[in-house]
Amino acid sequence: MTTATVTPSVPTGKVTQVRVLNSEWIKLKSLRSTFWSLFAAIAATVGLGLLFSWGFASRVSDHAHRIDDAATLAVTVPLQPYVIAQLAVGVLGVMVITGEYSTGMIRATLAAVPRRLPVLWAKAAVFGVVVLVVMEIVSFVTFFGGEAILSSQHIQATLSSPQALRIVTGVGLYLTVVGLLGTALGTIIRSTAGAIAALFGILLVLPVLGEVLNLTSWGKHITPYLPSNAGGDLLSNNPDPGSLGPWTGFGYFVLYTVIAMAVAAYLLKRRDA
Amino acid sequence: MIKAEGLTKRYGDKTAVDGLTFTVEPGVVTGFLGPNGAGKSTTMRMILGLDRPAEGSVTVNGRSYADHPAPLHEVGALLEAKAIHTGRSAYNHLVALAATTGIARRRVDEVIDLVGLRDVARKRAGGFSLGMGQRLGIASALLGDPKTLILDEPVNGLDPEGILWIRNLLKELSAEGRTVFVSSHLMSEMALTAEHLIVIGRGKLIADTSVTEFIEQASTGRVKVRSPQASRLGELLAGPDVTVGNVEEGTLLVSGLISDQIGQIASENGITLFELASQQASLEEAFMELTGNSVEYRAPVAERSAA
Repeated sequence: MTTATVTPSVPTGKVTQVRVLNSEWIKLKSLRSTFWSLFAAIAATVGLGLLFSWGFASRVSDHAHRIDDAATLAVTVPLQPYVIAQLAVGVLGVMVITGEYSTGMIRATLAAVPRRLPVLWAKAAVFGVVVLVVMEIVSFVTFFGGEAILSSQHIQATLSSPQALRIVTGVGLYLTVVGLLGTALGTIIRSTAGAIAALFGILLVLPVLGEVLNLTSWGKHITPYLPSNAGGDLLSNNPDPGSLGPWTGFGYFVLYTVIAMAVAAYLLKRRDA
Repeated sequence: MIKAEGLTKRYGDKTAVDGLTFTVEPGVVTGFLGPNGAGKSTTMRMILGLDRPAEGSVTVNGRSYADHPAPLHEVGALLEAKAIHTGRSAYNHLVALAATTGIARRRVDEVIDLVGLRDVARKRAGGFSLGMGQRLGIASALLGDPKTLILDEPVNGLDPEGILWIRNLLKELSAEGRTVFVSSHLMSEMALTAEHLIVIGRGKLIADTSVTEFIEQASTGRVKVRSPQASRLGELLAGPDVTVGNVEEGTLLVSGLISDQIGQIASENGITLFELASQQASLEEAFMELTGNSVEYRAPVAERSAA
């Protein structure tokens, strides 16, 4: 081994937001967990979406069961597996940051970008764009595939069916916000297990508690504002009475995520790494 | 140049670093020495802006680390063993760090060759041995060709060849006029690598001196005498300021007299000497002497048995 010190021409480059974005893009695509998580989200959405559509079609064909709201369900049934996909996307969103804390990588990252906040913005942007693009494509593919199966019973919906375009587009939007909420919680909690528990506690457990709240007179006014209820309004064409409406509900879901991200930014800047 | 002034860090009611003031000059290797838990890593993290000091400040080349627009070109750091994502290859780790400041991929290849990791550069860092992890850490430190290097326990986990390599590398880097600040809890390693020492114990500065002076300061000034008439010589040497210890049959350890005086007395009394030698404190002893009261974690049995 030589001990020759390479004294090369290393041009002095300032740290910029664009460079940090590039760095985070390299980081995201160089981990296998990124591909596995996205693969799980894609497989769950497409695979289960087609399976649900097939199940729905065969139920309709069974004349013993008459389904009154077949036209409404025809839009949402193929896309229902978003509920499963959000697990994979949420975990990936958490791991984008907690993977660095658990391995110690965060210290190398923050030493390279000591102003810190560009790292959080870059992680959120790179991960958010990747999830949005991938899951929008997956959502449209699943919708068309599912409707092709439903067309055997002549109950298929199209993008021009009432609310269909909003719901198909909404799947990608909703999943992106779930992932970003995961990134924010991961930055706040800094542990993979803790942040995943918090994320799915908020998304899956709170609505169950909301059911209990609904039994009280005042609780009814709170449940529509719970994050996954509000966010889920975007993906529903058969809303519960009292729900906030698709874009208002989704707006609240985005607002909660922005607040979580602001807390994450404050803590990332202040805390010892 | 690294300049710390009154640097203090507290964790709860425990003071990890307590009012440290020191300067690390360019052109020499400066050792940062102290027992485990003395506050070395905490100090280094504060230099890099990873930990926020409770009081005081530290600057690198005149600015606090976070204020440098291109920090990787200013300071290269190796932090405690692994600051590497285990799922990423060494190559991609370096490329991602390089990207933050626009360093070309050619430079990534250069540092990989420099630390001898070419064969494993595309493998996941999670499978690396401690020594390979250290080499990758050193590669990231050298990435931006920085003026200042901060290395926390760089020889940990390296084999003898690796230790020799890093010793020479550090000397070379300092000879090029860079500031090199290396921590260790091993005095012997520092004696071979460093010219200047900053010694801390329990977060406080104990010594800021050259290696040579450090040893002299702590020297005991004892003389070892071996003679077949040791007991008679012991009686002759005895005096108010002189202590004579009997190490073993025929060997005395004398303090309060220099070897010349002892040789003179022996000769005047016709006593045969087999050996007459001034005892220089070993580096380890010097280190123990100075940090003896500052060791934070110690097994009860080891309670200063040497003294």
